[in-house]
Amino acid sequence: MELFTNQVLAGIATGAIYACMALAVVMIYQAIDHLNFAQGEMAMFSTFVCWQLMQWGVPYWGAFLITLVFSFAGGIAIERLLFKPLAKAPILTNVAGFIALYAIINSVAGLIWDFTIKQFPTPFGSSPFLGSQLISTHQAGMIGVTLMLLILLFFFFRFTRMGLAMRAAASLPESARLVGINTSWMIALGWGMAAAIGAIAGMLIAPVVFLEPNMMLGVLIYGFAAAVLGGLTSPLGAVVGGFLVGVFENLVGTYIPGVGNELKLPIALALIVTVLVVKPAGLFGRPIVKRV
Amino acid sequence: MTAMLNVRDLRAYYGQVQALHGLEFALNEGSLTTLLGANGAGKTTTLRAICNMVRSTGAIEFDGAPLGGRSTENIVRLGIAHVPQGRGTFTTMTVEENLQLGAITRSDKAGVISDIERMYDHFPVLKARHTQQAGTLSGGEQQMLAVARALMLRPRLMLLDEPSFGLAPLIVRDLFKILGKINRDDKVTILVVEQNAQLALELADKAYVIETGRIVMSGSAAEIANNEDVRKSYLGY
Repeated sequence: MELFTNQVLAGIATGAIYACMALAVVMIYQAIDHLNFAQGEMAMFSTFVCWQLMQWGVPYWGAFLITLVFSFAGGIAIERLLFKPLAKAPILTNVAGFIALYAIINSVAGLIWDFTIKQFPTPFGSSPFLGSQLISTHQAGMIGVTLMLLILLFFFFRFTRMGLAMRAAASLPESARLVGINTSWMIALGWGMAAAIGAIAGMLIAPVVFLEPNMMLGVLIYGFAAAVLGGLTSPLGAVVGGFLVGVFENLVGTYIPGVGNELKLPIALALIVTVLVVKPAGLFGRPIVKRV
Repeated sequence: MTAMLNVRDLRAYYGQVQALHGLEFALNEGSLTTLLGANGAGKTTTLRAICNMVRSTGAIEFDGAPLGGRSTENIVRLGIAHVPQGRGTFTTMTVEENLQLGAITRSDKAGVISDIERMYDHFPVLKARHTQQAGTLSGGEQQMLAVARALMLRPRLMLLDEPSFGLAPLIVRDLFKILGKINRDDKVTILVVEQNAQLALELADKAYVIETGRIVMSGSAAEIANNEDVRKSYLGY
């Protein structure tokens, strides 16, 4: 029983990270109808920036905040320079853009910081949480930071004018323009926020998976699985999906013989395919009906 | 007297297809004008061209300043509210959020709150449903909401695209009464595009008739209503 509880809690902790990545993916998907394949690489780059700042002597939370600002600005810059010009281009052109972005960020990170694995500190420590052996303080910290982020985002989208404008621009761009919303900037803002959310995920998971340019590959695939499971049109679904995928991954890895660590990634992919076949809109998503 | 909105030689295009062929018309401040015409005559295109939602050439002046080159959202910010065909309701949001969105460019919080109350006075049905998702409203209620949302901008000019479409006759009468009231009491200049010519002519003080992208007739609403050709073509008696 203790093994079970332990695996569920650990699953919730990594699930928090998947939830952040899924949320970042969904925010951009809502804004431009494309999956950002480079979301993980953007998060990885942000994590490196945070690491570099700490190497230069900036304390953890200072580096954390500077990284968030950097990522927000970086996300906006990527949208303005690369994806705004592609707004009316066909899907494949956009996909090529995302893959190019993926490759560029990955190689630039390797060029600057090389491909050797680096330790990334945790501000929470790694001792058992509240004396219990079930979960470490870092895992508890991952869950805590994610929940705080979710609450902040909820209040932003529900109760602020800017949040309302962003929701309107994502749901009906033409009507949004007709009430005077600059939808193009709302998209850029969505990119900035997605990049910052991804950065948080990267900085929280780095002490677990270690810092190197390919660290987010697996995480992003789980993030995609979470987003698809929850429904690509639903931020709430993305978060719930993240936690579910985290727990599912751990339980399958523990209890199904022969899966272990090596086969965990194919499980995420299998989950994506299954959801797409059985319930394409996901758990919380709205089915998209196109009139013809 | 100079016109509030002045349109000259307006030509609009969908890809290679030209939909408007040199339209000319003017709206006086405080007037209620209707643009009549059959399906496909270019009525919707005219409204869309004013808000730069379709590629067009020609001159459109609002208060003497050209609108050409401005983005849709910047034109709206000048005080031109557009109630589009199909109403453009934010269906997944609540009725109240829809009204707040109408005022999203305004920064006078107190004014927005009191305007929302004013809309609930105009349209009591919206008050009863203010926490409901707008998509659950009936067609007539959604049309009321679309008009209310446009008014939340405190517009100087309101463009309405077939507000009677799909509504029961009684509801249309109510809606048109409210439009007349808005025009008189709030001094909002209104341009309404309609297929329901009879009702539109009762309401309007000026009318233009449009045919295949050209203005073919204009005059006071009474003149147009009594015109033999118009009666035969658009009023059906």
